[in-house]
Parts: sequence; structure tokens; C-alpha cells
Amino acid sequence: MNYQPQDFLPIFVQLAAALAFIVATMVATHSLGPKRHSKKKDDAFECGIESIGDARTPISVKYFLVAILFVLFDIEIVFMYPWAVNFKQLSWNGFYEMLVFMGLLLVGFLYVLKKGILKWEK
Amino acid sequence: MSDSSVNIVEAPAGVEGAGFFATSLDNLVGLARANSLWPLPFATSCCGIEFMSTMASHYDIGRFGAERLSFSARQADVLMVMGTISKKMAPVVKQVYLQMAEPRWVLSVGACACSGGIFDTYSVLQGIDRIIPVDVYVPGCPPRPEQILDGFMQIQELAKKESTRRRNEPEYKALLASYGIE
Repeated sequence: MNYQPQDFLPIFVQLAAALAFIVATMVATHSLGPKRHSKKKDDAFECGIESIGDARTPISVKYFLVAILFVLFDIEIVFMYPWAVNFKQLSWNGFYEMLVFMGLLLVGFLYVLKKGILKWEK
Repeated sequence: MSDSSVNIVEAPAGVEGAGFFATSLDNLVGLARANSLWPLPFATSCCGIEFMSTMASHYDIGRFGAERLSFSARQADVLMVMGTISKKMAPVVKQVYLQMAEPRWVLSVGACACSGGIFDTYSVLQGIDRIIPVDVYVPGCPPRPEQILDGFMQIQELAKKESTRRRNEPEYKALLASYGIE
């Protein structure tokens, strides 16, 4: 088959129809039907308890650092599984490559340890 | 579909002809609302236990289009208050009611929710109609599931007959204003 650009017109028509339907229903539901707004109505629903403060409070950066470190070493494990499966085929070449890879990560790990990331009390 | 064992909701009164059926929008909206009421259970004591069996397979409130409990007030249509509401709990009930979207109905289940019941004491609210407008009262201590279902069917009748303008009418606004609700 030899498709011309104008053959894709139905896709755009369908896209336009889908968007028009969404916009039309949103306009219709917002203008039809009863609604009531007040300060308490528009508050966050907390099972009837009055909400206090803001949910978007700053969280200690340590959580983020630990999460990122976890991802890093998780990736390391992910690479080690296929290496273990193909250990024989990859032979010494693969072994040296893994050594370099894990060495780099180890240097990074020592660096973050030196930076005191795992010192929680600080 | 006549030989089906599934009950089909009867069509509202309207003009019928070959291949068409016409009725008022009020009837249509009422029919849709009445058969898809989502309850928000507010169960604080033994009536809540009765509600559990009302929900379960034997009594099965799902037969009335209400199997989808809404634990967020935002999507709920019927607030079912079941059990003793202490004065400390009253602001919570009111807040949940306030945060429900219109149209909303309230079903007060059991003697405690209706009137304070046997707890005629300083710490218990003497009926939830002191803080929020109630549509249907179900008496009993606790009421049997059949009674809760009957109360729910009364709510369905209200939903079916309600004019789509009711929530914007001055009477309704005055009712809410008497409860201090904007």
C-alpha cells in the first residue's frame, strides 16, 4: 500500500471528534446540575476532620538521597544478574568490565559515605 | 427482555409511539438518579453492623443500584448516618455533609441518629437533624436490614420525584440557611 498524507485525515477527524466530545461534556456538566460552593465545601476532604496546614510541606532531602542511592545500587544488581547467567561466555573480558563498573560505583559510594549521607542524626 | 429474570426499571409516564418515547427531563434525570444512588456510610455503632448485612449478599443493597459505596464525600449521593452521634462527632458529620456534591440526600438510620435514642445524656446529639437536614428517618434499635432497605427505597422515591430545579429554589436555600449552611 502506498499511503498519502491525506489518507491520515480520518485520524485527525476522529481526534477532533473525541476532543469536542470531552469539551462539550465538561461544559455541559459544569453548567447543568446543581452545585454549591463554600469555604468548607472546597476544602480538602479529610473524612470530616478540618484540614490543617498544607500537604505540600518540605520533606527532608535525606529521604530523596536514600531513594536515589537505592535506585543506583538496584541497577547494579540488575546488571549483575545477566552477568551471572552468562558468566562463562563473557569470561575474563566480562569480568574486567564488571570490575570497572562496580569499581566506579564503589568510588561513588565511598564519596557519598564521606559526604555523610547515612548520618541520620545530623 | 420480558422473559429475563433481571428486573428492569419501568419507564416513567410519557408519550409513546412506534419507535419513540418522550418524557420530561425531570423524569429522566430522576430515574437515572434514583437507580444509581451512591451511599456514603457513616456508621458509628450497632446500626453499622446491620448495614453490613444490608450490603452483603442476602439483603444486597446492590439490587437498588447502590452497591458502589463512596467513601469520598465528593461522589456520594446519600449520606447514611448509622449509629450514635456524640456531640464531639457532630462537626465531623456536618463537615462530611457539607463536602458532598449536590444533589445530596440524608438517610438517618436507627433511633440514635434520629433522636439520640436511649442516650438522653449530655454527650450525645439528640438527633442528627439538629445539625443537617434529614430526608428519611429509619426507626429501630437497631433497625433490621429490611427497614434500612425500605428507607433507602424512600430516598429513591424522593430522587425520582425531585424537580431538577429544587436545589436552586429559595425554599431549599432557606432550609440550608436554617442549618447555617451557605
